[in-house]
Parts: sequence; C-alpha cells; structure tokens
Amino acid sequence: MEGLTMGSYGAYVWSCFIMGGLVLLICDWRARSLQRKVYRDIEVRIKALGDEL
Amino acid sequence: MIEETDTPGVMKAMAAVAKRDLVLAWKRPGDVLNPLFFFAMVATLFPLAVGPSNEQLEFSGPGVLWTAALLATLLSLNSLFVTDFEDGSLDQMLVSSVPLPALVLGKSIAHWLTSGLPLVIISPVVAITFRMPSSVTGVLMLTLLLGTVSLSMLGSIGAALTVGLHRATALLSLLILPLAMPVLIFGARTVSLVASGDIVAGGLYFLAAYAVLVVSLAPFATAAALRISNE
Amino acid sequence: MWKFIHKLASPPHFYNLAPKLVPWFTVPGVLLVAYGVYAGLFLAPADYQQGDAFRIIYIHVPSAYLSMMAYMIMAVSAAIGLIWRIKLSHAVAAAAAPLGAWFTFLALATGSIWGRPMWGTWWEWGDPRLTSELIMLFVYFGYMALRAAIDDTAKADKASAVLALVGAVNVPIIHFSVEWWSSLHQGATLLRKDGPAMDPSMLYPLLAMILAFTFLFGALLTRRIRTEVLFRERRTRWVKDMVLSAKGRN
Repeated sequence: MEGLTMGSYGAYVWSCFIMGGLVLLICDWRARSLQRKVYRDIEVRIKALGDEL
Repeated sequence: MIEETDTPGVMKAMAAVAKRDLVLAWKRPGDVLNPLFFFAMVATLFPLAVGPSNEQLEFSGPGVLWTAALLATLLSLNSLFVTDFEDGSLDQMLVSSVPLPALVLGKSIAHWLTSGLPLVIISPVVAITFRMPSSVTGVLMLTLLLGTVSLSMLGSIGAALTVGLHRATALLSLLILPLAMPVLIFGARTVSLVASGDIVAGGLYFLAAYAVLVVSLAPFATAAALRISNE
Repeated sequence: MWKFIHKLASPPHFYNLAPKLVPWFTVPGVLLVAYGVYAGLFLAPADYQQGDAFRIIYIHVPSAYLSMMAYMIMAVSAAIGLIWRIKLSHAVAAAAAPLGAWFTFLALATGSIWGRPMWGTWWEWGDPRLTSELIMLFVYFGYMALRAAIDDTAKADKASAVLALVGAVNVPIIHFSVEWWSSLHQGATLLRKDGPAMDPSMLYPLLAMILAFTFLFGALLTRRIRTEVLFRERRTRWVKDMVLSAKGRN
C-alpha cells in the first residue's frame, strides 16, 4: 500500500499513467473504428452501384 | 488591344499590382478604416473590462495594443485575395508571365501600406489612453512597424490557403495566430521592457530579422498556395 | 532503389503489407511499456528533490518527444509529397497529424498535473516547455482544420503540405521566442538538464518508455496510413476486387 500512495503524490502519478494508457487506447480504438467505417462505406457503395466504379 | 512584344519588368509589374490595390483601397476607404476602428475598439474594451486603474493600464498597455494590432491585421487579411478571386483578376495573375511571387509581394506591400502603416500611425493616439510615455510610444511604433510587415507577409500565406473556402475567417485565424506568436511575443515584450526601463535592442533585432526572413520566404509560399487553391 | 520505393509506396502493396508490419511495432511496444511502467513505478527510486512526482516524466517526456517527432514526420512527408508527388506520403502526413495532436495533448495534461504538486498550480505560464506545447497543439489544430475545410483530397493534401512546411520553419522560432519570453521572469523548467548524470535505475525506464511510445506510435501510424490509403483508393479497381472478395477488412 505504501508503494501505491507514493507519499502524497500517488494521485498525480497514477492519473498521469492512467491518462497515458487512455490516450493510447483511444488512438487504438479510433484507428480500428475508422478502418471499419471506411471499409463498410466502400462495401455499401459497391453493393448499391453494382459494377460501376 | 495593345500588343506587347516583351514581357513587362518584374519590378514594374509588382508596382502595378501594388498601385492597383492602393487605388482600390482609396475608392473603398471602409476596407482600410474598419480594421483601424476595430483596433481602437478592442483597445477600448480592455480598460472597460479590467477597470480604470491607471497602474494596471500602464502595465498591460503594450500587450493590449499589440494583441489588438494582431487581431486588426488578421481582420483585414481576409479580403486580401477574395475580390481578386471573385472578379477573375487572380486567374490573370496566375497565367501571367511575371513570376507569381513578385506579384504576391506587390499585393502584400499594398496590404501593409493600407493596414499595417495606418495602424502604426494611429497607435500613439491609442497609446495615450493607456498613459504610455512618449519614449515608450516611439518603441511601440517601431515594433509595430517591423511586426506588421511580418504579419502582412505571414498572413498572405493563410489568405492564399483559404481563398475560395467557406467560412474562411475563423480558419484563417486558426492557421495564422499560432505562427504569428513570435511576432506578438517579441513586439509586446520589447515594449514592456522599455516601459520598465530595460534593454530594447535584442527584441528589435529579432523583429527585424524575422521580417527579413518572412519577406524573403513568404511570397513563395503564398504563390504556391494560390496555385494550389485555384487548381 | 527507386523501383523498390515505388513498389513499397504503391497503394495496394502497402495496404497488404501494413498488417504484417504492425505486430513488429506492437509487440516490442507493449513489452517495453510493461517493463517501463513496472520499473518506472516500482523499481526506480524516488527523486531526492521531487519525490515520487518525478515518475510522471515516464509519460510526459515520451509524449512531448512524440509531439515533435510527429510534426517532423508530417512536415517531411508533406515535402516529399509536394516535390516528388508520391501519393502515399500525403497519406502519411494526414495520418500523423491527429496522432501528433493526441500526444501533444498528453504532454500538456501530464505537464500540468506534474505542475500541481511541484509549483502548486495547474498551469504555469512561466514554463516555456508547457507554453510551446500549447502553441504546438494549436498548430496541429490549424493543420487539421485546413485539411477538413477542403473537400477535394488532392487539393487538401497540397494546401496542408504548404502549411506544414511553413509551420516547420516557424516551430523552432516559436520555441526560441517562448524561451526568451519566459526567461524574462525566471520560470521554473520541467526537466533539469541532467543528461547522463541521471541514475541508471531512473534513466533506463525512461529510455524504455520513449522507445515503447515510439513503437506504439509506429503501429498506430501504420494502421492510420492504411485506412487513409483505403479511403483515397476507394474508387479503384483493386479496392473493389478486394472488397468483393471480402478481404482486407481489418
């Protein structure tokens, strides 16, 4: 428990590390969702237009 | 139509472009005056918002005047290429045999003469209301003189990038303000340093060097941006 | 050499290659983060001046470094795209900007949180690094706003490339002028210039985190470039064939 509270600085340190993790997760999620969205839009368009490009 | 066998000299063409913009500005004085009123008005907002304490006004004067000047320049930049874009004279400039950066430089010079220079001239009047001593006012005018040159040139890049776009005003500010921060920092801080009896040379040298850098590079960037915007 | 670059930069080739590249970034990135976080939080001793609050640098420094790195990648690939008209490099610039903005935000947020116990305030204008990071964030916003304002992708590419290059000339000047500005009233700086004098038990986790963030940034960038390529090539034959055979979805 001592190690986690880090004197009085625990809240600051932990919130920074958590925020770092969150930013990485958001970037990961965003990369994934953008890829899905772009791919799905193309799929929908191809189905609607048939053979036209 | 007069057939000209040789292309006009670069300097001549530049002067012609500048002269044309100056004549246009003369015919529509509102375009020149409105940013000046805006400058005076923003400078009036601060004492009203902050309170009439003389000490505070003396302290914040340089910063307020410089911020107001920056915003006023930004306001006038919006129309730099828009009328040329709408009436087709921009297309003429693009296909002209004269190098485009030279024509752009001519326009920027005209823009500075109709926006930067008037700001420098009326700034002492506004400075008086901030109880700025005359020696400091001299430095203020000098920093504005050097700084507005940079702002006109830097701003022309932004104006060229956003010409023909909808709601370009906010976008132009977003593009240019971060890039204009060195000018603001050195302009305003140099004046406050003088006001507190400190050295001035460093800041003025920086402003002069920056102006030289921007005058020599910006026309090329603006020309490139104009070509891209009008493809 | 040129042939190799052109093959690599050809959209379908890159699109199929990218998923094979990503694990080479992700796996070392995750491993290094695991080591860096553990060592940074538990193995490294507390700083004799800053106590445990110094551990924030394990997030702050890598993200501040990446915010500069991303801009450099953006500006260089914008220049390549403008000069040699390589389409892929414009996609790189477009993909790098939002990532750079995120890491700039992270650097700002962690710097501000660090400032709270150290300076007793969430924001200290006297610190040149934080102030330039803030301006950097605005530069990223301007770049992305210009891109978003132009509908035609090719035009948006070139216009934003010009802006990125103008910014590349200006960013060092902004840093210099902010340094000068804050030096006027003796601002506190976030990092002392300890350099190699830093104790290895503190330094190694930091190096690991910098490397880890770089790897993870590489993975994210590769994936975003890939999506960018897919979007730009959405009307081409190869994309159509690929989608019809239901390949390359993720």
